[in-house]
Amino acid sequence: MNFLQMIGRVFLAFLATAGRLSIFTLSGVGHCLRPPFYFRIIGKQMIEIGYYSLPVVGLTAVFAGMVLALQSYTGFARFSAEGAIANVVVLSITRELGPVLAGLMVAGRIGAAMAAEIGTMRVTEQIDALTTLSTNPMKYLVAPRLIAGLTMMPLLVLVADIIGVFGGYLVAVHKLGFNPSNYIQNTMNFLELSDVVSGLVKASVFGFIVTLMGCYHGYHSKGGAQGVGMATTNAVVSASILILCSDYILTELFFSK
Amino acid sequence: MASSPRPIISVQDLHKSFGPKTVLDGVNLDVGKGESLVIIGGSGTGKSVTIKCIQGLLTPDQGRIEINGENVIGMAPADRERVNSRIGMLFQAAALFDSLPVWENVAFGLLSEGRANRADARDMAIEKLALVGLDASLADLSPADLSGGMQKRVGLARAIANDPEIIFFDEPTTGLDPIMADIINDLIVAVNQKIGATALTITHDMQSAKKIGDRIAMLYQGKIIWAGPADAIDDSGNPYVDQFIHGRVEGPIKMALRA
Repeated sequence: MNFLQMIGRVFLAFLATAGRLSIFTLSGVGHCLRPPFYFRIIGKQMIEIGYYSLPVVGLTAVFAGMVLALQSYTGFARFSAEGAIANVVVLSITRELGPVLAGLMVAGRIGAAMAAEIGTMRVTEQIDALTTLSTNPMKYLVAPRLIAGLTMMPLLVLVADIIGVFGGYLVAVHKLGFNPSNYIQNTMNFLELSDVVSGLVKASVFGFIVTLMGCYHGYHSKGGAQGVGMATTNAVVSASILILCSDYILTELFFSK
Repeated sequence: MASSPRPIISVQDLHKSFGPKTVLDGVNLDVGKGESLVIIGGSGTGKSVTIKCIQGLLTPDQGRIEINGENVIGMAPADRERVNSRIGMLFQAAALFDSLPVWENVAFGLLSEGRANRADARDMAIEKLALVGLDASLADLSPADLSGGMQKRVGLARAIANDPEIIFFDEPTTGLDPIMADIINDLIVAVNQKIGATALTITHDMQSAKKIGDRIAMLYQGKIIWAGPADAIDDSGNPYVDQFIHGRVEGPIKMALRA
């Protein structure tokens, strides 16, 4: 095949995918705003995302906090700035690591599961069956997941923030010999509401990205078991990349003044 | 081809292609009220595509589809839902929702339209399950715990749960043993008589076609090449039909061995 032809084909395929994703997103968001709402399914998805992800996200957060305290100690000790450890831990966790790590973990856990579930429903004609039972699959399958992702991720990240800061506290107090009350004092002094809120806004965006990617790739999967497998992979990879890209953009929006 | 003054389903000059591959090339069909039409044809001749076009799962490239006199192509989603609520469908692999117990599968249409509360819907589901010969004790099982024949029956119960005017059957006997296939055939005939629905079946199982159908139409290369009463199919005089119903290798139909 001609080289130019190949470029053209790739470009057109990209445009087609971008268009399909945009339409899917708009339609999904539209169904989130219009009744009827499937409260049972929304609730089920909320529990799946918010509650059952807690162990994974909590473990990630506690170790992130611990390693952060340890690393910044070895660095800061060279110019006697150990006092800044509490500050570094709490800002890094609430602004960046809490939302990003939780987002990536949830992408692996929830995004993959959603793509696999919806993809299987697609290849076994269950999505067609929904349509014939006069139920809009976008409304029944996609909207509840988007709503659950948008609302539960901030809560999940709030818990992750607390656990992460606690991880830093554990290492600082029990290993590095900091005074507990001083450490807590330092943490609280430097922390501002905007740090936490910006992290939670990010979490909400990440929750949307993860559920959207899971639903989109599942919904458009085809060709049996292999197709579902590919949809699952694509959902996790695209969600992870989009999380990291949008994280930069959001940080730029919040903090570049 | 019309057998009653005003057909319930009327398909005119239906065309559908996927990329360079033409699947439907001018299909014309009429199904009268209370009639049971069976479309036969080899794999890949466009039987499923025809049925999906009528249901609105695929949009045809060209042609006209009327259900109860209403043109359904390009219909607004709300109208389409209204039309679909009068239609039941039994899928080839049953397509039961595996996240829901059996009774919720059967009562799905009722629940999603908010026409019954959960307790009433459950009672109704058990009633419909009894109609297809399934015991109430199955109601709380997951569809994955059922055998293929049972899944088909639950699918049938779901298809008739809304007392539809039209039911589609997508290869109802495929993948079942001969006895279970015959039981399903009997059930379909019984159910059609009981609720007086108009039925459109696609199959390549001739025994099933003769048992279920009042009329049979044969689809070949995207066109209906023969249609007539079910008991006339054995002496249709059409060499394509003859070859198909007797399952011969020699004849005018050349099977494409590669797609």
